[in-house]
Order: sequence, then structure tokens, then C-alpha cells
Amino acid sequence: MDSSIGVLMTYPMSDYLEQQLQKRFNLFKLWTHSSHSDFLKNNSNSIQALVGNTKIGADAELIDSLPKLEIVSSYSVGLDKIDLSKCQEKGIRVTNTPDVLTDDVADAAIGLVLAVTRRVCECDRFVRSGLWKKRDFGLGTKFSGKSVGIVGLGRIGSAIAKRAQAFDCLISYHSRSERPETNYKYYSSIIDLAANCHILIIACALTEKTHHIVNREVIDALGPKGILINIGRGPHIDEPELVSALLEGRLGGAGLDVFENEPEVPEHLLALENVVLLPHVGSDTVETSESMADLVINNLEAHFLKKPLLTPVI
Amino acid sequence: MATDHNHTVNHDEHELPQILVLEAPPIMRYYGDHFLKNFRLLKAWESPLPLDQFLTIHAHSVQALLSPGRYPLTGNILRLLPSLQLVVTTSAGLNHIDLPECRRLGIAVANAGDVYSEDVADLAVGLMIDVLRKVSAADRYVRKGLWPSEGDFPLGSKLGSKRVGIVGFGSIGQEVAKRVEAFGCRISYSSRNKKSLVSYPYYSNVSQLAADSDVLIVCCGLTDQTRHMINKDVMLALGKEGVIINIGRGPIINEKELVHCLLQQELGGAGLDVFENEPNIPTELLTLDNVVLSPHRAVHTPETLAAMCDHVKANFEAFFSNKPLLSLITND
Repeated sequence: MDSSIGVLMTYPMSDYLEQQLQKRFNLFKLWTHSSHSDFLKNNSNSIQALVGNTKIGADAELIDSLPKLEIVSSYSVGLDKIDLSKCQEKGIRVTNTPDVLTDDVADAAIGLVLAVTRRVCECDRFVRSGLWKKRDFGLGTKFSGKSVGIVGLGRIGSAIAKRAQAFDCLISYHSRSERPETNYKYYSSIIDLAANCHILIIACALTEKTHHIVNREVIDALGPKGILINIGRGPHIDEPELVSALLEGRLGGAGLDVFENEPEVPEHLLALENVVLLPHVGSDTVETSESMADLVINNLEAHFLKKPLLTPVI
Repeated sequence: MATDHNHTVNHDEHELPQILVLEAPPIMRYYGDHFLKNFRLLKAWESPLPLDQFLTIHAHSVQALLSPGRYPLTGNILRLLPSLQLVVTTSAGLNHIDLPECRRLGIAVANAGDVYSEDVADLAVGLMIDVLRKVSAADRYVRKGLWPSEGDFPLGSKLGSKRVGIVGFGSIGQEVAKRVEAFGCRISYSSRNKKSLVSYPYYSNVSQLAADSDVLIVCCGLTDQTRHMINKDVMLALGKEGVIINIGRGPIINEKELVHCLLQQELGGAGLDVFENEPNIPTELLTLDNVVLSPHRAVHTPETLAAMCDHVKANFEAFFSNKPLLSLITND
């Protein structure tokens, strides 16, 4: 690999990825420069590739400041932080990391469902605080056999459905189009889906259409016994509406791996017992982080060796 | 327990059949005793008399007894009940009952059957995901406000391809296997006997199962053979990244050795719903981020407790109408 090729990493997303990029390319680390604009002024002509993630991707401003940019290789499957139309316009290739993280994210979704319904984290707090010696804990809610509604039946949504079926759950879904090859019940309206399931899981991509797709109406349809799980993107849910629904008891509980303004989490949520809060760790395992990094590297190498990209988006 | 269902039930047709209850089981504490309204309940705990006196005076003709899971049903108690023919326990576990004495006295025992199996399996999986993916630890991290200040949370461990060894392959073990397989885990099991219709690899020795596993899920009952079966040797065989999940009974694991292995980092983590001396737990466990602790709640959902009320009622109804019990324990 030609080590004069300049690659800009936007965020310290993975030590392993950093090392591998360093070995092969001329690696620039955006976060080590206090003034991004100065850095870009001095180095923009040396950068042919960008590696971004869910925190800092490739917005129009950054793309415009890199005149030699040929490829954006995202360390994520989500593309919401990349200005795809700008990349298309300028002929810049884009790759992401599908498939390798599907299982981890689906596992996290079910982990959140079990944590909320069976009050696992709450139980752990209860025992650690010494309260078990004073009284019994109380009841959870059974998960097996419950109705699960999935928003977005792509790779991750399908993997979630497969797992929920092992718990004898009834699966229904809402998606851009119906998937008749599955046996699951389709709802063309997300409100109808929410009204007809006990546990609603958000697993779709974040686009203009799905921004705040879970709003007050959907939350009310899910109801006071309903459970909302989000392993998609924070902006899928109208967060202030979610918070007030939980505070007012209009929603039974929530398991959230993502938030509208990470790493900020609404203060009210931190005090609630019927929520489980994760710091965007859906694909954060040792094994998957390495697989994602390898995919980023392999895509970049393929591009610069003029071979077909492994997981192109554009 | 060779006693079959050909018992003779004698009761005055004008009087409701009598059931002795030594202590209120959880279903009664949560739901009252309405589900047994067709029976006359003799509630030992409501009497100021010491138990042996109470039984001698009031329980001479009692044929049926409702036993909560934790109350030891000893030979001494059984011998004070000359008419007793049936014990119905609300637990799946039988370790609190003097089974040899029941056998000797011709007393049939019926337990929870399969009623609990799904809930228990669900919690086992919930604990496993929590330990491997650090769910409770991450939730604590967020609640303490560490995400904005400390940044990214440490990586967890992927479930897919993990080798899961299930200890005890009865109703609960099988429900666990069915769930865990959907996560891409590879399943093996140990059990008193190999199950002929099961295709997963069988291990007659728990240490060998542990040596070939990444996660051990304890789903067996507590007997003389299984007491402290999960000991230091098994834990060392499981290894430094190994995870133990226990939804069986606390004493199946040598708790002191478990704590030691965790503190010495000879074991990767543990998810525990049961302990040797509930509700007391070793204080050292409270210092660890890689354990998840649950206060013996594996069956405590309203759905399952309601199902248990129905199940208990059905067993007593069967007994008093000379029909087969739903969940008779037999020697196997």
C-alpha cells in the first residue's frame, strides 16, 4: 500500500483501526488538532480518504474542505452523519460496515428488552444496596410469548425478529415496504404497529422520513404497559415527548442505546427505575470492533488498488 | 415416588376438602388465597401454637399439603401427618422436601412442572447478555454521568459463536438452549443421563463441559450429587474469560471459591439469581463490575405466578377427584 496516501480519521473510534491505518497510510487524526480549520488549511491537499463514525462523519463542510477526497469509509453501518448527496455530486465513493455488526446490535436489543421487562439492572441495584435483606423485590413482566413490533425489517430488524421468535414472541413490523417472504404481520402505519404490540423496537435507518418517527402519538398508542427499545438513532424518537410520557406513566418503560444529543442523556431519565440506559454500545464488542475495522481497511485498500469495493454505498 | 394416582380420597361430601399450608407461598402473598376457594385451608402459620402441637391437634386427617419452595418439609413434620397422601410444592426445585421419607410413607409429590421454565430461561439469557455485554455496568456508567466526562465505555464480548454449556437438561435447560441457539451460540450439555432425542454434544462430566465452554448456565436441581458441583476445578477449566450463570440453587456452586476466582480474575464474570445463604450475599461481590446480582426472582412475573395458581389448584382438584396429577414427581 502506498503510504503517501493521506487518510483522515475524524475520531479515536478504535485503537486497532488507528494502528492498522498508521501501518498502511499517512494517517491524520482530526481530534489531535485544536484548530480544525488550521489543520485543514495546511493539510487538505494531502488527504484522499476519510474515516468517520457515528460521532463525526462527513458533512458538506468537511467534504468541501478536502478537494482531493476520493472515498469516505465509515466505521458504522448508519449513514446519517454522511452527506450522501454531496458525495454523489462529487463522485466520492462511500462504504460502511453492514453485516459484521448485525448480531451484536440485535443481541443488544434483546438484552435491553430483558433488562427492562425483567428489571435486571434494577434488581442488581436492589441487591447491591442491601435492600434484599429488608424486603422482597417485587414483580417483573414476562417476556416470552409477548408481541414484539419491529420498525425496520432490514438486517438488524430481521436478526432481532429471529431472536424474539426463540422466545415464542409474536412478530409484527412496520417498514418502507412489505416483506411477504416473512411470516410476520405487516403494518403500513407505525401507529397501528404500536397499538398492536407490547414491545416496540426501533431498528431502521435514520433518514429525513424517519426523523422523530416515534412521536407522542406513537408513544400513546404503545401505552402505559408498553415498552420502547431504541437501538437505531436517538433522533428516531422525539426525546422530550418520550421523557414526559415516562414521567407521566403513559409509557411502561424504555431501553435506550441512543439519544438525540449524545453523550448527553436527559436528566429526568437518570432518575427513573423503569428505563435502561446504554452509552451507544450496540456494536461495541472486542470481536465486532475488529471486524468493523478490518472492513474499513479492506475497503480503503480495494479502492486504492482499483479493485471492487467490498461494501459500497455509493 | 411410586405412589400412583390410585389413591382413595375420603372426605365428607358436604365439607370442602382440606389442604394444610405451613407458610404462605409467594403466590398467596401476592394474590391471596382466592384461587383455592374450593378448598378448606388449614393455615399453620396463623396459629400461636408451635408447629408440632398444631399439627397433632388439627392436622390428623389432612390428606393434602401445599408447600412453599423454601420451607423445609422435614421427616419430622411428615411423620406428624398420618393421613397425608399428597404434597404440592409451588417450586420446581425439590431440595426442601425430604423425598426419601415421602417415598417411605407413600406420599405423592407434585411440583411446579413446566410452569416456570420459560420465565427462568428468559432470566438466564437476560443475565448472560448482561454479563457479556455489560448492560448493568453500562447503565450505572450513564446514570453516574460518566459518559460525557469519561467518554466511551469499555468493549463487551460478542455472544455469537460462544460455546454455552448447559448444566442440567430438564425443562428449564431445554428452554435455555432453544433461546441461546438463536443468538448463534454453540450448545453442549451435561445431565445425569444422556438424552437420546437431543442432538447437542453430551458431557457426563461437568469439568469437561466447562473446559469446552465459554459460558456455563446452571439449570439443574440441588441434590446431594450437585451440591458444590461447580467448584474451583470447574471454574478454572472454564477459564479466565469464562462466565457462569446460576438460576438453579445457590449451593450448586461453591460460593467461596466462586468469589475467590472472581477476585483473582480466574473467571470472567457471573450472573447469579441464587446464593448459598439468601438474602445474604458475599460482600466481595459488591466490589465487582463483572457480576450481575438478582434477588431470586426468576419466576416472579404476574403471568407466571397466575399460571402457578392455576397449576396448584388443578393438582389439588385432580387429587380430590381421583384423577392423575399434572406434575407428579417420579423416580427417574
